[in-house]
This record gives sequence, structure tokens and C-alpha cells, in this order.
Amino acid sequence: MAAALINVPKKAKNGDVIEIKTLMSHIMETGFRHTTSGVVIPRDIITSFTCRFEGEEIFRADLFPGTAANPFISFFTVASKSGKFDFEWIGDNGFSETASASITVE
Amino acid sequence: MKLAATIFLIPLLLAAGIVLRPLIATEIPQGERRSGYTFMGPETKAMQDDDTANPGMLGALDGEALWNRKASAAGKACADCHGDARASMKGVAARYPTYDKPLGRPVNLEQRINLCRARHQEADPFPYEKHDLLALTTYVAEQSRGMAIAPDAAPELEPFLAKGRDFFMHRQGQLNLGCTNCHDDNWDKHLAGSPVTQAIPNGYPIYRLEWQSLGSLQRRLRNCINGMRAQNFDFGAPELVELELYLMSRARGMPMETPAVRP
Repeated sequence: MAAALINVPKKAKNGDVIEIKTLMSHIMETGFRHTTSGVVIPRDIITSFTCRFEGEEIFRADLFPGTAANPFISFFTVASKSGKFDFEWIGDNGFSETASASITVE
Repeated sequence: MKLAATIFLIPLLLAAGIVLRPLIATEIPQGERRSGYTFMGPETKAMQDDDTANPGMLGALDGEALWNRKASAAGKACADCHGDARASMKGVAARYPTYDKPLGRPVNLEQRINLCRARHQEADPFPYEKHDLLALTTYVAEQSRGMAIAPDAAPELEPFLAKGRDFFMHRQGQLNLGCTNCHDDNWDKHLAGSPVTQAIPNGYPIYRLEWQSLGSLQRRLRNCINGMRAQNFDFGAPELVELELYLMSRARGMPMETPAVRP
């Protein structure tokens, strides 16, 4: 069960600096830990996060072992027109999740 | 000479806080009880306050899905009997643990969910401390967020409450500590750099940053018992439920914070 929480302002004025906050459910297993019997717990992390606005990439982040579970990524952008943000998380073991949110710019 | 020595000693002892310190631990007065939230730094508080930054809310979302999902043999979901949790589960977590008549002992919220699965859904119990049980418990408890904790007043619970209080007050383990020695006597101090806090369980299941996941009150209690190097109990043990019962009575009247974030 993967779930994402997205916080994008519903409305903004043209030229406003807006904060976008995303929280993705993921264990972010580093690959450096061992079980009590000494077996390595295989790495299982999100490796990339992308945000596109109306198809155009506006933010990208690469993630590495050492990022806490359930990565919270927040960034700023300038609201210039109404449209849709598409978010994408890609990770180990074929992990791939998407989410989207719309904004109305007045 | 002897008298002079005694007169000289008294202020020294007073200064050291030895004479005036009560020999028997006392509970924190109701007015001075504080949620663990008030001991946290601004960053952790901000994390709990913002529903889209609080990772515990991810558990609540999963819990909502489980609430509506049909479970095994009887083909019944929680929602088929209880309807919308937002209405039917309001305030429920604020009075747990409660007395279960057929079992003749108190059960906590996790155990109630599993009893419901066994008695009404004909489903296997969720294992303790696994994501499904934590998520569903979080979703149910979230419905009481902001409501005052109001422990079950059933007279049958009294002996169990007394046992829980007894456990809290008595010294045990290799370090010869009782819960009360930290959480009543020294809650305003630090242990290994972290605030000791008052043992007020008003936000469980919590998202604990140290755990990197949701966890139950019993997981926290087992941590503490390990720390005292005392004999531990399995998840769901009656001793732990009795302790939960006592701890919730300490938190009487305080608002629920589930899913709380704790460092």
C-alpha cells in the first residue's frame, strides 16, 4: 500500500512564490543493515523524484541511502498560470508511483 | 559539639535536596500534566501540526482503505457494521483500554480490532506491530483527535487499573528502577540528551522518528522495560494492557493527538 500526501495551494496570484510539499510512503531501506543472523537486508529506496508542471519538468531530486523513511520533499516555484502538477517517484524493485494536483492562478 | 555539627549539617542536606525530597514517589498533579508534544523542538512540532508533513497520516490513509476492505470468510468490512468511521469511531480511542465481558479483562484498541475480526469478520487477527494493525488502529484513533481522554469507568476495571499502577510504581530489573522514578520524579530532566517526559500516552499509535515508522504504545513500553533491564512481556500481554490502562488514567482530560509525531 503506497500513499502520497501532496500539499499544493489551490489558488494563487500570478507571480506568487508558492511552496509545494510532498510526502511519499516508503521504507527507504539503506542496504547497509543486517538481520540478527548477519544477512544483509537488500537496499530498497526511492532513487528519483520529479515534478512536472503542464508536462514541463520544474523540479527533480535524486535520493540516496541515508534518506529517512517516508521522504518529505518541499520546494518553491513561481505561480504563472493555472495548470496541473504531476509528481513521480521511481525506486528500487520497480517502485513507481505518481500523483497530481491542480492550481488556479488568478 | 554534636549539636553544632547537626546544625551545621542541616543546611548542607537541604541544599543538596536530600532532606526535603519525598521518599515515596508522588504522581504529578493534574494541573501540571503535559503532553509529550510540549517537550519537542519546533521542527518536530511543525511536523505533527501539518497533516501533509506528518508521516503518521500515511498510516491513517492506509487504515481508511482497510476499514472499507472486505475481510475473508464473512465477507464483511469494518464499514459494513460500523458505517462511516468519522461518525461511529469518534471518541472511541479516547476511552480505551475497555473491559471485555467475554474475556473478563481489559483489552486495548489493537486487541479490540482483532477481537472484532475474530468474532464478526471471521478473519485471522492482524499480527502485532505490523503495518495493517497499526494503520487501522491509527485510522480509528485519529477520529478522536482533539477530544479529551475519558477512561472507561467500568467498576470491573478497578483491580486491573490498580495492578497497572502498581507496576508503574514498583522498582524492578537490574537497574532497580520503577517507571515512576523517571516519569514522576524526574520528568523535567534529561536522559542521554532527551527530555524524560511525563508518560502521557495521548498520541498513540505514534510516528516515532527513531523508529522510522508508526508504533504502538506497547512497543514504547517494551522499549522502556528493556531500558530498565527488567523482564519484558510479549505484545498483548495482560501486564502491558494493565499498564496502558493506568497510563491512560494519567492522561485523563488531555486531548488526543493521534497520529502524534515523537522524536
